[in-house]
Amino acid sequence: MLIIKKCKGFINDVKRNKFSYLIALPAIIYVLIFSYFAYPYMVIAFQRYSYKNHTILGILTKGEWIGLNNFKFFFASNNAFRVTYNTIFLNILFIITGTFTAVLLALLLNETRSVWFVRTSQAIMLFPNYISWIVVCYILMALFSNRFGIVNTMMAKLGIPAINWYTEPEYWPSILVFVRILKGAGMSAVIYLAAIAGIDTSLNEAARIDGANRFQLILNITLPLITPTVVVLTLLSIGKIMFGDFGMIYALVGDNGTLYETTDIIDTYIFRALRQVGDPSQAMAIGLFQSVIGFIMVFGSNRITQLVYPDGALY
Amino acid sequence: MNNSVYRKYSLANVIIGFFLMMFTLACLLPMILMLIVSFTDENEIIRNGYSFFPSRLSLYAYTLMFQKGSSVITGYVISIFITVAGTICAVLITGCAAYALANKNVRYRGALGLFFFIPMVFNAGIVPWYLICTRWGLRNNLWALLIPNLLFSPFNLFLVRNFMSGVPDSLRESATIDGANDALIALRIYFPLSVPVLATVGLFYGLGYWNDWWNAIMLIDTKSLYPVQYLLLQLKSQISMLRDLQYIAGAISITPPSESLKMATAVITIGPIVLLYPFLQRYYVKGLVVGSVKE
Repeated sequence: MLIIKKCKGFINDVKRNKFSYLIALPAIIYVLIFSYFAYPYMVIAFQRYSYKNHTILGILTKGEWIGLNNFKFFFASNNAFRVTYNTIFLNILFIITGTFTAVLLALLLNETRSVWFVRTSQAIMLFPNYISWIVVCYILMALFSNRFGIVNTMMAKLGIPAINWYTEPEYWPSILVFVRILKGAGMSAVIYLAAIAGIDTSLNEAARIDGANRFQLILNITLPLITPTVVVLTLLSIGKIMFGDFGMIYALVGDNGTLYETTDIIDTYIFRALRQVGDPSQAMAIGLFQSVIGFIMVFGSNRITQLVYPDGALY
Repeated sequence: MNNSVYRKYSLANVIIGFFLMMFTLACLLPMILMLIVSFTDENEIIRNGYSFFPSRLSLYAYTLMFQKGSSVITGYVISIFITVAGTICAVLITGCAAYALANKNVRYRGALGLFFFIPMVFNAGIVPWYLICTRWGLRNNLWALLIPNLLFSPFNLFLVRNFMSGVPDSLRESATIDGANDALIALRIYFPLSVPVLATVGLFYGLGYWNDWWNAIMLIDTKSLYPVQYLLLQLKSQISMLRDLQYIAGAISITPPSESLKMATAVITIGPIVLLYPFLQRYYVKGLVVGSVKE
């Protein structure tokens, strides 16, 4: 009864606001097709997928169920541990170094009184944020290319033997962190700078009258007051810890198998399973593993945010 | 009063300035290097490697790239087309849906918001996405570059919705009393007032389209449809494309300027971003701050 009543209420609402619902329709259809119709496809993780049988109805009724075999195949290989570890490890590295650099940059920018200096340095440090990872890949080649790279040239001048950066996996976590900071920290700093700008200036003035020096002001007023923003943004990133940055890794590392040991992440692994091996079921099994753990992480981190800083929670 | 805070040349100020300068240079110099390499003579690169101070400059990479029938120009045109067309459609779709969500007469706007929010939290992943795209014929055509992934983002929707919710209700009420209907209110009040936020999401979408190669790597196999970013990715490994360019130029004997040509292609893909930079600084950054610091 209640459902019928609700439906009637909804239909009446649509009738009353025909125009609003009508113009929202393209977005609704888009999300319906690309997001909601996608959920049923997830069952192919438990099937052997056939391209001949590709409709939702076909998958649900005529699909060949093989239980957990796709998962067994993935977890039995060494790859499962390696890609999961790399994804989480790299993300933790990025979160720690990225947050630290961004907060530091925000504090430094906030302490600089020269307006033109702040403007210019900000304009420059925000620029890398807008360029694609592929262009970044070329910039990285200019620096680290084995034959022509400027790092090896400079090391040769100092008498240090050249390093084949593109064949030595152990350097790559550091290289990736370095690139990530240069590309993203400027933009994150802007967010923290906005948080600093929101601090009541009378606090600083009162502390200064009481004789606090600049360092004490930062330590006792600015930092504690931007902590909520830092915690909320960090928890948000922790929620996404199972999802690697495919664009970054694929553009910078690509199909360079010698570097997989430290750089191969779940997302690039799924990509290869889907597009190069051509096994959607296998890829979906890994994707499902990622999505479920990922969802638990989002849910958990949001729960913590709700407890610590209710205002910053995602929902 | 502690005047040292405002003194201009204190030691602290020098240290702060030094650190900021270092970071800024670390961002800037690699890009300058790329720019210089793109103008460097190929033989010079082979002899001395990439350098900030090459002894011989050359425009050859750029003349090769801009000759008639070059795949780089085709890719550039495709990228510009999908960026312009895609951004216009995306902003329209997002703005319209945001109006419905911000319209306080719509009783089910909360449920509608939830409908858009759920996929943001739980995503099915790329495999179903890929199967859906191929099933709906989004493969090896321009639609495949335009529609999947980029055409609509719930994040941008909520950004516009939040802005539109801030438009005072009294405006709607007085317009209703004057006899305006829903369409007129949207067109005459809500959309004109939302121009700043629409510009912001327009830049989000535009940059997304320009920098995209995901759709190309997943859904495009036809060489003539490669957008410039994907072309650049291919250029990393494929010498054959360079040979094509050489062949068109009719200059087989000269050393192929592969190194400088690669960098030159990377440089020209940054071009539009440089042109739009003042707008990016103004609207993009503001939108990002508003989007990440929730009210």
